[in-house]
Amino acid sequence: MFVSLGLDKIQEVFADAAIGLGRARIFAQFELLMRSYRKAWSEVIPVKFEYYRATDVSDAIDVLASARDAKVIAGGHSLLPLMKLRFASPMTLVDIGRISSLSYILDRGEYVAIGALTSLRDIETSPILKTSVPILSYAASFVGDPSVRHRATIGGSVVHGDAAGDLPSVMLAVGATVVLQGPDGKRSVSVDDFFLGFLETNINFDEVLLEIQVPKSDAGWARSEFNRRAQDWAIVGVAVLGGKSPRVSLINMASTPIRAFACEDALVAGGSIKEAADLVSSDLDPPEDLNATSAFRSHLANVLVRRALERSL
Amino acid sequence: MSLEGILMQVTVMVNGQNFTNDIEPRMLLVHFIRDVVGLKGTNVGCETSSCGACTVHVDGKSVKSCTVLAVQADGMSVTTIEGLASLDGEMTALQKSFQNCHALQCGFCTPGMIMAMESFLLENASPSEAEVRHALEGNLCRCTGYHNIVKAVLSAST
Repeated sequence: MFVSLGLDKIQEVFADAAIGLGRARIFAQFELLMRSYRKAWSEVIPVKFEYYRATDVSDAIDVLASARDAKVIAGGHSLLPLMKLRFASPMTLVDIGRISSLSYILDRGEYVAIGALTSLRDIETSPILKTSVPILSYAASFVGDPSVRHRATIGGSVVHGDAAGDLPSVMLAVGATVVLQGPDGKRSVSVDDFFLGFLETNINFDEVLLEIQVPKSDAGWARSEFNRRAQDWAIVGVAVLGGKSPRVSLINMASTPIRAFACEDALVAGGSIKEAADLVSSDLDPPEDLNATSAFRSHLANVLVRRALERSL
Repeated sequence: MSLEGILMQVTVMVNGQNFTNDIEPRMLLVHFIRDVVGLKGTNVGCETSSCGACTVHVDGKSVKSCTVLAVQADGMSVTTIEGLASLDGEMTALQKSFQNCHALQCGFCTPGMIMAMESFLLENASPSEAEVRHALEGNLCRCTGYHNIVKAVLSAST
């Protein structure tokens, strides 16, 4: 659904090659193709789309259900970068950014309810969250920079489920619940069942994320990441919420934000912090890229989790 | 369906003046400011929301205008570096402070630095040096002239 890199055009060129068109023509076509790509990349603007500004949630759902290949946009700080890189090329954007009733942080006793449109700056500075879910406001202060946090929303961060993102892993650590609304009404999904695959989450094309419910906790916590430069994405990150059955979640150790179940189980079974940390990637197959090999990621996760557990248990 | 030629009318108030134009929905706010309104003080650096050269204020808060669609700013109030000084040309305290502290080398990042820090000082009028450095995270100076920029922000704070 997300990947639209114009592979069909490249295949066209190769198909022409296969049926024996002259080399000159093939090169001319390739040249044209590459020039159009270079132009597109140098301009860094998204492909064309239609834009619709929703007046309320049901209006947004109506358009999502009827328009072809529509996607929700709010702050746009996850979606627009994906669109500029042509990883996403929706034909319709449904802007929910003006539905101000979706921006709130409310104390509901057992949990704190956060509206999908709440900016990360509001989450970072919220007195309610600083008291009741401090790991979340602390982690929010590491996302991008102040100008990014003015615009980026918590709903966008969670609904994209980027394995490298700062906040999805925190949602796993605190055991949040996501509330979605579609044509047939509302449903609640535990974050444990929300992150399905690479940039793929448990939300239907005609659903809108309304709210994230974050349980309050006074357990110890820790959140840290390893990167080479201050502004970079984490190469590996970890979020831990202590308590009787500690929850340990990891950034960039799989194609989704993911919990370190082997490590959690070891702690519940009475294992030491070191024993648990040593098991952190035993049931994982960490990705390999230019920043780190799989083995280096496992090493980083081991060290970060051990330190995080020492601080939070 | 061809999306060729689908234009939308937007009205964006830039530095107190309304601009009504038909634009493509995919036009970024920074291109609207530079190419439609014609104000070139807002720079295009990385276009990936990393460098901060395109920072402007939308409804009073700093944002990176390369990662906002112009249609999303429809009906909103945008302030650019050109709109900071008062009508008689009197610069803001922060602008003067950048001048006095020589907080620029090539000057490319300066508009974005000033817009980001004006917004930051509204939220935190007396920051510590560490807070200023942390708040500057999203604005890159490739001349690496950060020390004088930090000095300028501190000297403009109360």
